[in-house]
Amino acid sequence: MDLNLTKDQETIREVFAAFFEGETGPIRARAAEPVGMDAAAWERLLETGAPSMGASEAAGGGGASLADLTVVATEAGAFIAPLPFVDHAVTTRLLDTVNACDDGMLAGTTIVGLALCPAIDGIARTVPSGAAAHRVVAIDGNRLVLDRPVDNPSAGHLANHGCLPLAHRDLTGAEVVASGPDALAKHARAVDEWRTLTAATLVGIARSAVDLGVAYVMERKQFGRPIGSFQAVQHQLADLPGLVDGAGLLTSKAAWAGDRATVDGLAGEPGVLDVDSNDVTDFVALAAMALVAAGEAATTATDRSLHVHGGYGFSEEYDIQLYYRRARALAYVLGDPARECRRLASMFPTPFVYASEAGAT
Amino acid sequence: MDFSLGDRAEFFRDEVRNFLAEHLTTEVVERMHSTGTFDDKDFNVALAEAGLLAGAVPGYGDRDPIELYILFNELEKAGAPYDGLAVTMLVAGVVNAVGTDLHRDTVLPQLLSGRSSCCLGYSEPDYGSDLAAITTRAVRDGDEWIIDGQKMWTTMAHEAEWVILLTRTNPDVPKHKGLTMFLVPMDTPGIEVQPVPTMASERTNATFYDGVRVDDGCRLGEVDDGWAVMGIALAFERGVMGGTNPAVPLLRHVRSWAAKTPAPDGGTILNDPLMLERTARTAIANQVSQLLTLRAAWIAATGGLPGLEGSMAKLYATERYQQTVRWFQQMAGAEGLLSFGTDGAAADGWIDYDGRHSPVTTIYGGTTEINRNNVAERHLGLPRSR
Ligand SMILES: Cc1cc2nc3c(=O)[nH]c(=O)nc-3n(C[C@H](O)[C@H](O)[C@H](O)COP(=O)(O)OP(=O)(O)OC[C@H]3O[C@@H](n4cnc5c(N)ncnc54)[C@H](O)[C@@H]3O)c2cc1C
Repeated sequence: MDLNLTKDQETIREVFAAFFEGETGPIRARAAEPVGMDAAAWERLLETGAPSMGASEAAGGGGASLADLTVVATEAGAFIAPLPFVDHAVTTRLLDTVNACDDGMLAGTTIVGLALCPAIDGIARTVPSGAAAHRVVAIDGNRLVLDRPVDNPSAGHLANHGCLPLAHRDLTGAEVVASGPDALAKHARAVDEWRTLTAATLVGIARSAVDLGVAYVMERKQFGRPIGSFQAVQHQLADLPGLVDGAGLLTSKAAWAGDRATVDGLAGEPGVLDVDSNDVTDFVALAAMALVAAGEAATTATDRSLHVHGGYGFSEEYDIQLYYRRARALAYVLGDPARECRRLASMFPTPFVYASEAGAT
Repeated sequence: MDFSLGDRAEFFRDEVRNFLAEHLTTEVVERMHSTGTFDDKDFNVALAEAGLLAGAVPGYGDRDPIELYILFNELEKAGAPYDGLAVTMLVAGVVNAVGTDLHRDTVLPQLLSGRSSCCLGYSEPDYGSDLAAITTRAVRDGDEWIIDGQKMWTTMAHEAEWVILLTRTNPDVPKHKGLTMFLVPMDTPGIEVQPVPTMASERTNATFYDGVRVDDGCRLGEVDDGWAVMGIALAFERGVMGGTNPAVPLLRHVRSWAAKTPAPDGGTILNDPLMLERTARTAIANQVSQLLTLRAAWIAATGGLPGLEGSMAKLYATERYQQTVRWFQQMAGAEGLLSFGTDGAAADGWIDYDGRHSPVTTIYGGTTEINRNNVAERHLGLPRSR
């Protein structure tokens, strides 16, 4: 057991916290609205090598673990970076498994994105990075396809709540990179990685929302004193650190399980899913759990933080609304969390049925 | 990060699980719920004889807090009687930390054998959250002290051999500075115990102290330094010693019941869409509660004091537990209201039990509001509000 980041991860965290603080943050996020893509910041990100971080070393990538990527995604969330880092990372990793990750993708000059849901009538709908990615990987029937390159993806942007780079993508003429059950399984694994890293982004958003709320209530005075000295205000915020840290721990655990589940692209340690004893190490279950928990942490944290801002929280000028909208967009873009919960429960083992004797047994 | 427990801790966990499979019998569980005493001497002695207890004392022996967490977590998940044991082991930790040689040589072995237990005499009728304001007096008389006053909610006092008693020794200084802690044998003349029944199956007590004479050797820590001793006890308690995974047995009981309860349109209610959603949300909250608790244990294991992290774990776990109980109580309808031993009771009466028990979890061991104050002031750095 070790709940600290490794030394390397601590370095990664510091480097990317500094990068996102300098190159992204609320001012840049505002400027990048409504599309949610900051091309200049992406150019700078290429210099750090981040776009190829997640691909295997054999393919020319950085060979980073899911746990490492989680560290970066959390910092990206904390500074609401308008960059498709997560989508590009999971998609390069997916393409790597079918030997379809090319140099442009590794360098990040060709941005790739992932359609989370199967295409309908040849269209991949509401792709999270669809208005930022030059190429999108999707499931169409039983095939894994890579759509034709799009030079100006932002043209297809769909105006939306969180100013995410959402777009539908037409798969006409798409290249088939794999097919059959294996292709579907690889895509499913990529979506689970997306769940994990999006959970990490949400944890970063939630963390910043708490910081913004605390800073505001210390500065704003009513009735002659900081509103942060009113217990009713304090208690709205005091529930949040546990909620946010808990979601963060669950996300890190999901990443840890994901790294154990595959070793060099092969099946690694099998996971456990025993909810009746609260023993869970199964990656697929933990990825779903992390997304639900982090989505709730981020929506609750931004909700409370916005509320304690009073009217200013609702104004365009204050940053909390940027976090508020992105929290919801990322928590819901894959679908209703309740449906995610039902999917999770359907994976649970059949319960042990006690003999039906009455009594405290 | 590495979320595997490690070989040694896993071995210990398996030892605890094997012990429970053998010793946590139906009779033990039924006895605990019918008497309301969540402590079982025979069970404790068996734990001690299996070598599992000495490691349960915080700061003592060679077990680290992760194993301490494992022991209480396994007991809690299994639905074993552990409330009394947790208090006894907590006191053993305090005795080990600040007790005299006499305490360490005489009291500690008794507590560690499972044969003697201890209760907590902190709260009073007029002082609960504002604990530092308690008024039970201890007045020095030569080598002895004379104690007068009343304690409230002295759970296990009717069974315990010892009480750890927070007293006022100096009423003329700020309230935190005039307190002294004692470890008093419950059979000392002048102590009276009266039962306080509760809405759940657990029983607690009021205890009365009338001219109770104790030797100065019963004192734990320095005179007027009782608040510091409290601090040690609190740091041991928060998070690590059970109480933050109460929804695990509830989920197990509900799933078991749902899997054998027919749904109106075929199949069982386990696959009812709302049941699927809520069992999943409960399983998620159980994982988060476990991780927050594990973090507190891990901080303690690496030399820190996890007071705040324990507050966070308790806040999260207890609020979620209550929400879970509300969900399943509503979904079980009339059958969910039926008690243990009743024909047709949903989940064999556990939903009624958790419905009765859950309200206390946001009250005892520091209320939700007191924990929020703690997080607001010491973690978020907000000004003191009182
Ligand atoms: C079943 C049971 C077992 C117990 N076992 C023990 C035991 O073994 N030993 C022991 O010493 N004690 C025990 N307790 C006592 C327990 O620790 C106290 O009940 C608890 O600390 C709260 O104190 P109180 O009941 O006096 O409530 P109060 O302190 O009167 O609080 C009432 C309400 O006011 C709120 N409140 C109080 N102060 C503030 C504030 N500053 N800001 C905001 N809200 C506030 C509280 O959160 C609560 O909701 C037990 C209690 C119960 C019910």
